[in-house]
Order: sequence, then structure tokens, then C-alpha cells
Amino acid sequence: MVTQAGPSRARPLWVVCALGVLAVSMIAALLDGAADISPWQVVLQVVDWLPFFQVDSGLAPVEQGLLFELRLPRVLVAAVVGGLLAMAGAGYQGVFRNPLADPYLLGAAAGAGLAATAAIVLLPATTGSIPVAAFLGAVGGVLLAYTLGNTAGRAGGTATLVLAGVAVTSFLTAIQTFVQQFKVEELQRIYSWILGDVGGGWDQLWLVLPYAAVSAVLLLLHGRMLDVLSVGDEEATSLGLRAGRVRLMVLLAASLATAAAVAVSGLIGFVGIVVPHVVRRIAGGSYRIVLPLSLIGGAAFLVLADLVARTVIAPAELPIGVVTMFVGAPFFVVVLRMTRRAAT
Amino acid sequence: MRPVRTALAGALLGTLLLAGCGQDGGTTTASAPTTAPASPSGDFPVTVEAGNGKVTIAKKPQRIVSLSATHTETLFAIGAGPQVVAVDDQSNHPPEAPKTDLSGFKPNVEAIVAQKPDLVIVSDDQDQVVAELGKVNVPVLLQPAATKLDEAYEEIAELGAATGNKAKADEVVAGMKTAIDGLAAQAPKDKQLTYYHELDTTPYAATSKTFIGQIYGLFGLTNIADKAPDAAGGYPKLSAEFVAQADPDLIFLADVKCCQQSKDTLAKRPGWKNLSAIENDQVIQLDDDIASRWGPRVVELAEAIGAAVSKAGTS
Repeated sequence: MVTQAGPSRARPLWVVCALGVLAVSMIAALLDGAADISPWQVVLQVVDWLPFFQVDSGLAPVEQGLLFELRLPRVLVAAVVGGLLAMAGAGYQGVFRNPLADPYLLGAAAGAGLAATAAIVLLPATTGSIPVAAFLGAVGGVLLAYTLGNTAGRAGGTATLVLAGVAVTSFLTAIQTFVQQFKVEELQRIYSWILGDVGGGWDQLWLVLPYAAVSAVLLLLHGRMLDVLSVGDEEATSLGLRAGRVRLMVLLAASLATAAAVAVSGLIGFVGIVVPHVVRRIAGGSYRIVLPLSLIGGAAFLVLADLVARTVIAPAELPIGVVTMFVGAPFFVVVLRMTRRAAT
Repeated sequence: MRPVRTALAGALLGTLLLAGCGQDGGTTTASAPTTAPASPSGDFPVTVEAGNGKVTIAKKPQRIVSLSATHTETLFAIGAGPQVVAVDDQSNHPPEAPKTDLSGFKPNVEAIVAQKPDLVIVSDDQDQVVAELGKVNVPVLLQPAATKLDEAYEEIAELGAATGNKAKADEVVAGMKTAIDGLAAQAPKDKQLTYYHELDTTPYAATSKTFIGQIYGLFGLTNIADKAPDAAGGYPKLSAEFVAQADPDLIFLADVKCCQQSKDTLAKRPGWKNLSAIENDQVIQLDDDIASRWGPRVVELAEAIGAAVSKAGTS
């Protein structure tokens, strides 16, 4: 169960701190990479990109190109995707009043996985179709789970919805595995996609930004209502809140965020569950603070995870999904232990 | 190294028997011809050293099932084609190969046995297929992916011995050696060219430790993927920014059929449009299949590499 909000005047301070962490993460991520460029030259080059500044970074055009076309958008995509996943996780956890809910719970990942696999197998000519397919698949998976959950149980019953999500996930994953068997030669590509990648360049950023903006605004606006919801449906209703409507809006916004993230990056696990938890441990359980801090913290987390993914065995790369789980899980346990000790 | 150990023992035994009979006064002729190496099947039984140990094949196989695209190509190249009754769904060369829906990736032992094979050839022991077929006494030859050109030659020779086409197989190997050595000798090696061999748009590359990397090595090319640490394996997922900075002289694409990659699609990738291989038109579209198999068509791959190296060397 989530704890109630801390003193609300601390809120701006937390957000400022989190933004500071995010800024440091992004700068670090911009300075290091597989290409052997000195951090100082990167700094000069970044200054050169700023309007009204002209400095000579001494970088060759190819290196300038790789900084601007590869590294910079990659850092930005990682930030947006990480923010979306963590914020969606916080949203789902609020709706289901279950701290173990994550962005992939309601069949979003399975739907995206199936659709992306189908796109890879059936439309090999068009790599651009994978994000579109993943997006539609994620939305479709959630709609399927939601419809089943509502027909199977009482409308708005969150436990039924979660169980429907589990069933849909299993079923769609089975179909995906079935489809894979017919295109063995595409296994590598499907596998790469499932483990996640944020290296898509500016196109991916423009693709995800509108959805990111809409879902972020929607979710952040519902923070206060999720707080009211956390006291229980009956109390919330007596306070004048239409619980079912709030749930549906948050579900839609979180699913939109998940679908957008999945579409540009594949399946990146653990961000959506670990970041909101850490935020809650540090800044308290009010969704008015958990949602924005998850957005910023998730962004910082994924930017750093991607930095690890592309530098730890450079010039080879690790799939980012491996890093989020490998680094995230122990970190998560440490935070749990530390805050529990502090609490007792 | 897996030396071919053709069991000439049978033939030897036959000769000894003949000699023994001769000492008896040369009167008995009835027993001798049964073991004499007169007919083409006289090389059998034969014992081949394969990936699954020593495999003894009692008589010349007439119903071969190949679950490996590479070995299917080899079988047809060495004249064992007429003996092949079924090949797996990935075997797409030569066109006359009896392609079935058998899967080499997820082998179905019942479906394989239903073909009544007297020899099954695999390149991977997926799902313990070797042991499973062993239970029903079907001889299986496991010939894993070669990591060196010599291994590829050996496997071809072994398939020749196992299928009763040893002479033709040796001829194929000799032809390959001559052709590849000739191509490699012609390549101008003074230019110190670098290359990047792409398997997948992600982008996955192959290092010099792989079979394919060794072929490039024959042409004096330097592989940019070799900077990847050993931990990344022979097929590292490279960082796109590393490839851009390494700026290889030549880019070989082995993801043409699967993913429609070309010079134009590379130029559209973030940060890659100014790569010198793209600007100088040194992006070579390989045949995905030829670039991933270690059979007789390696020569065609070597020809493509050789042509690219000569073109880059003169421009």
C-alpha cells in the first residue's frame, strides 16, 4: 500500500534535484561513446551547435555527423522512452493500487511483440513499419485485455483486469512464438527488437514526442485524483470523484505512453517498475510527486543504462534491456533495503 | 582438425583374403569377389570422424536427409544429389534439391524418420536430434559450422567419403582451393584496406575469428569489427557510431535479401551518409545465403570480395 503524501512544499525541490540528476546523466551520456572522441571536443562541438557561437572543435565532418545524428538523438530518445515507461508504471500502479503493476502488465508488450514480429516476418522490405506495428500491437493488446477484463468481471474490477492481462499476454506471446517458427532466419532481428534499442536517430524522437507529450500531460493532470483514489473507491466517490472514469483515463494515458515507448525502442523491461518504487521510497507516495519524479527519474535511468550499454564492451554494444535488468535489479534491492532500514 | 578416416580396412581385408586364397593354390574363387573393391560401393563400410564422433556407415546411403543448407549445397556439388531424398526448409540451393518443410532449427525426429533415411546430415545438434535418431539406429553425421576454410574443406571431403562420392568431393575441394588461392593471390594487398561486414541492420558484424572473417583475411583486408572485445563473440553488435568513426574503405552487406539493405539505405542511416565507402561507391551487396554458408559456393563469395578489392585498389 502506498503511503500518503509528504509535505507538499518539498515538491519543487525534489523536481529541481531530479532535473539536475537528469541533466548530469545526459551530459555524461553525450560525452562518452564507442567513437573515440575526447570529451573536450564534444563540449566544443556542442557549443558550436548553439546559436550565436562558432568554435572549432577540430572534429572531422564524419565525427560531427555521428555526434549530431547518432549520439545526441540517442540520448534524447533514451530520456523520452525511460520517462514514458517509468511514468506509465507509476500510473498503472496507481490505477491498480498494486505496486507490482508495470507498463507491460496489460498485454501491451505482448501485443507489441506479436505485431513487431509479424511486421519483421511479413514485411521485411520496410523496416519503418516495425514502430507503427508495435504501436498498434501495444494498443491492441491493452484493448483486448481491457475488453476481456470488463466482460469477464464487474466493470472496473482491477483484479479481473490484471488477470485478463496475464491471459492476453500468454496467448499473444504464444502466437508470436508460433509465427517465429516459420521465419527462423529472422530470429536475430526479432530477438534484437525484443531486447530493446534506442539508437534510431532523430526520426524516432519526432515519432515518439507527440504521444509522449499528450500522455505525460494527461497523467500528470491525474496525479491528485490518483491520490484520492488511493483511499478507496467508496471514499473517493463520496468525495465527488468518478472513480471509473479516472481509472479509464489513466489507463489510456499510461497505455499510450507504453505504446509510444515500445514503438521506438522495443521492449525494455524493469524501468516501469523500479523507478516509481525508488521515487516513492525517496519522496513519499503522493502521485502528485511520484508521477513527475518518475518521468524525470526514468529518463535519467534509461540515459545512464544506454550509456552503459554502448560503452561497457565498446565498440560492441549490449542490448539496453539487458542493462536495465542487470544493473537495475541489484540497485533496486539496495534501495529497498536502505529505505526499509531508515523506516524502522 | 578432424582427419578423414575412410575405412580402407574393408578393402585391405579383401586384398588379404585374396592373397590368402591365392596361397591356397588359387582354386577357390567363389568367396573372394564378395569383398573385392570392384563395385563403387566397395568403399563401404566407411567410418567418418564427425562432430558427433566416429560414425560408421555400412553401405552406400541411398536415402540421405540433409537438415543443413550448407551441406545440401555440398551434397549436390559432389554428385550425391541423386541420393538425397529430402532437405530442410532452409535449403534453397540448388533449385533441384528436394525441399521439404522439415526444420533444421526445430527438428522433428518422427518427420525425419518418416523419410526412411539411411543417413541424416545436420550442422547443429538441435534438441538432441543426434541422440534421438541414434535411438532408432539412423546414422547421423553432425558437421558443425566451419570456423576455418580448412574445416570447410574437410567437411566436404568427409561428406564425399560418407556418401560414396569421395573422388568427386576431393575434386571439388581441389578446385575450390585452386580458385580461392588464385583469387587471393591476385588481390592487391599494398593498400591496407579496411572493411565492415554487416549481417543485420542492428548492426551486427562478423570479426576475423569467424569463418567469413578468415575469407576476407585472405585478401589482406582489415576488419574494423576486430576492435570489439572477445566477450562480444565473433558476431558482435557494433555501435553505429563506432562504424561511422572507423569509416571503413569497403562495406559488405550480407543483409540484402533479408532486409533490403543497399548503399542508399545505409546513406539514410543516422550519421552514416558521409562514410567514404558510400561516397566512393564501395558498398558491396553480397548474396546473404552465400555469405553465411561454408560450402562450395564460398568460391563465389571469394570472387565477389576479390572483385571489390581490385576495384577499390584501382580507384
